[in-house]
Amino acid sequence: MSILHIVNKSPYEKSSLYTAVDFVKDSDVVLLIEDAVYAAARGGKAAEKLSGLDISVLGADLAARGIGEDKLIDGVSVVDYAGFVDLVKAKDSTQSWL
Amino acid sequence: MSDVKKLMYVNRRAPYGTIYAWESLEVVLIGAAFDQDVSLAFLDDGVYQLTKGQNTEDTGMKNFSATYAALGDYEVTKIYVEKDSLDERGLLLDDLQHLVWEDEDEDWAEKDSIRLVSRAELADLMADQDIMFNF
Repeated sequence: MSILHIVNKSPYEKSSLYTAVDFVKDSDVVLLIEDAVYAAARGGKAAEKLSGLDISVLGADLAARGIGEDKLIDGVSVVDYAGFVDLVKAKDSTQSWL
Repeated sequence: MSDVKKLMYVNRRAPYGTIYAWESLEVVLIGAAFDQDVSLAFLDDGVYQLTKGQNTEDTGMKNFSATYAALGDYEVTKIYVEKDSLDERGLLLDDLQHLVWEDEDEDWAEKDSIRLVSRAELADLMADQDIMFNF
């Protein structure tokens, strides 16, 4: 069973991302949306927690927050809303860490 | 005793995930009509409100980030940004908008509105306020 873990809260305000990361298994993907996209910005303390994981980030939410793709940590996939749907389809279930 | 009170708006939330940032900005602009000694503080995720290059086109939300540049015209000239919060998030002063105000007393010289402060300095500033509004 593979899970798409969706996180929407800033890692600097809530611990949702850190909890989610503890639950991630090898075949899982973590999708960062809304304020969670700040986690993927290079140089931030939260970015360290994401190494080795399969991370996707919603592009529209990055743009809204002024985070250029050049400012992301390596290995992160930027997806649009259609890509979000594809991820949901590709995994057996989704878990939203609200 | 002067009627002018020292008011500080304390901003601790990121701009789009919740409505706090926008609400704060609206209250600041409304409050600017009253002659008070106003300052804004940005700390924790609040520092994200001031970042450059925000483009909300694909999210369907209003981009209110350009409004911060108008604060100088409303005589809101003291914008304190806590450096520790920037550091933790991997942000530099250069990642923030360059906010300025024009000093009437010095032939409208353009001056920086943003002042980087440490947590301890911000604590001292807070201790000096009459009223704080928290967002």
